[in-house]
Amino acid sequence: MIASSTQNTVQERFWVFFKRLPWLWIITSGYLFFMLALPTAALFLKAASEGPAKFWQVATSPIALSAYEVTFVTAFWAAIVNGVFGTLIAWVLTRYTFPLKRVIDAAVDLPFALPTSVAGLTLATVYSDNGWIGSLLAPLGIKIAFTRSGIAIAMLLISLPFVVRTVQPVLAEMEKDIEEAAWSLGASRFQTFWRVVLPPLMPAILTGVALGFSRAVGEYGSVVIIASNTPFQDLIAPVLIFQRLEQYDYSGATIIGAVLLTISLIMLFLINLLQAWGRRYDI
Amino acid sequence: MTSNLNSSPNFQRSTKPMPASRDRPWVKVVLIAIAIVYLTLILFIPTINVFYQAFAKGWAPFFANLVEANFLTAVNLTLIIALIVVPINTVFGLCAAWLIARKRFRGRAFVISILDVPFSVSPVVAGLMIVLLYGRNGWFGGFLQQYDVKIIFALPGMILATAFVTIPFVAREVIPVLEEAGAEQEEAAKTLGANGWQTFWRITLPNIRWGLLYGVLLTNARAMGEFGAVSVVSGNIIGKTQTLPLFVEDAYKQYQTEAAFSAAVLLALLALVTLVLKEIVERKTSIKEVRDEV
Repeated sequence: MIASSTQNTVQERFWVFFKRLPWLWIITSGYLFFMLALPTAALFLKAASEGPAKFWQVATSPIALSAYEVTFVTAFWAAIVNGVFGTLIAWVLTRYTFPLKRVIDAAVDLPFALPTSVAGLTLATVYSDNGWIGSLLAPLGIKIAFTRSGIAIAMLLISLPFVVRTVQPVLAEMEKDIEEAAWSLGASRFQTFWRVVLPPLMPAILTGVALGFSRAVGEYGSVVIIASNTPFQDLIAPVLIFQRLEQYDYSGATIIGAVLLTISLIMLFLINLLQAWGRRYDI
Repeated sequence: MTSNLNSSPNFQRSTKPMPASRDRPWVKVVLIAIAIVYLTLILFIPTINVFYQAFAKGWAPFFANLVEANFLTAVNLTLIIALIVVPINTVFGLCAAWLIARKRFRGRAFVISILDVPFSVSPVVAGLMIVLLYGRNGWFGGFLQQYDVKIIFALPGMILATAFVTIPFVAREVIPVLEEAGAEQEEAAKTLGANGWQTFWRITLPNIRWGLLYGVLLTNARAMGEFGAVSVVSGNIIGKTQTLPLFVEDAYKQYQTEAAFSAAVLLALLALVTLVLKEIVERKTSIKEVRDEV
């Protein structure tokens, strides 16, 4: 009886809720279900239906392993490089004044708005052997377009804004008095930066790095254009999935897709944790 | 800033706005130089290159490329997809944002985090999901074939893929604005006898208009620029299922670099216009907030 009565009140509460705003809930939950949950479930269930043996065999095939390696290692280094330069750019934009600062600040968001195929096209041209920058590097024996370095450049461009945009507001809010205090107590510039400025920035920097990494891992458009997409050399996992689909190897695409999706969801979870950690500094 | 109020006037903040300006001048110059060199190599030169390449041989070849039939089809398709996806995702984004900002329900935190899934998923994986649902061997494949409905390698699939990757933008931008505006005005309107629509049009919408506009701008930019997800589901049939970003890649692969850059210029202009409008919106609201993702 008790169970049914609580169920009743739950149902009643639900009903009251539903009567008040039924269509809002229906639109939101229905759309999320059909557009998000169902496609995600389809991918995982299809991958699971292949059976564990086949799954393991495809997911750890040499070509897949090499594609993960190219994707994750390159994305990792791109995220780290952007972590360093992004922090520096955020610092320069919040602490100094110089000509064209507003324009440069606004331009940092360009990679978010620029379609990835345009980014790939122009990077492939600029960094090719006869491009503006590539032609300067070619005599030194450095090839960028159609190699792994090209993938790195594309990932640097598309994940550039994340660290800048996560660090900027934290830097702007930071109590400058603490830095002043460290200075006046005789700390060197290096000590002030390392011990006073950097620790409260760390959650923001790491969040930006994780967001950039997550974006770089999934990147397709710019990389497929600037890389030569040769297996075991500069073939990234998303391009491998695309090639599997082109060859009508749906189970291969599904399995590698499920691996990539799982890693993306883990990254999303980590980013949420990092943001929760960063919020502790808010008060 | 509170720190300014607390500090003693002896510091002479007016000439030294920030403590970092105590750095020796060369430190400042070196740091600014490093930032600008990095941005130039990664961002500015590639962007300028788009415009340079498109107009390298003057305006005539550029305009000749613009009236090519396949190009016009691509522009047309890109506009159709944006015209369908942007309103749908705006309505959904508004509904979801309102529920998340105004209601405390079970699973709210979960809904907030799954809303971000399209941002963290690779576009190729997003396209793959659509194929697995609506493709010939997909969950709904048999059903769709029975009624002779084509979704994959056709416009509906491209719309679904574009809608998937642009789901979060409006909600992401509107939630913080709604939370900041608070529910008091809406409740007051309700008590004074306004119905749901009146409250929305007269109270909620004016409060959130800049956030909403920003979300719509971002949705539109991504919808017109999406490449990976659309590429997977479209089959890239020239003159039929080719959007502008797909046209760029295809022309480049066919060694029609000029045509590729002519199309790329339009997309780059779209990006620049989006950024300019974003700046205007931000000045209107005079808040420069962090966006986790744009």
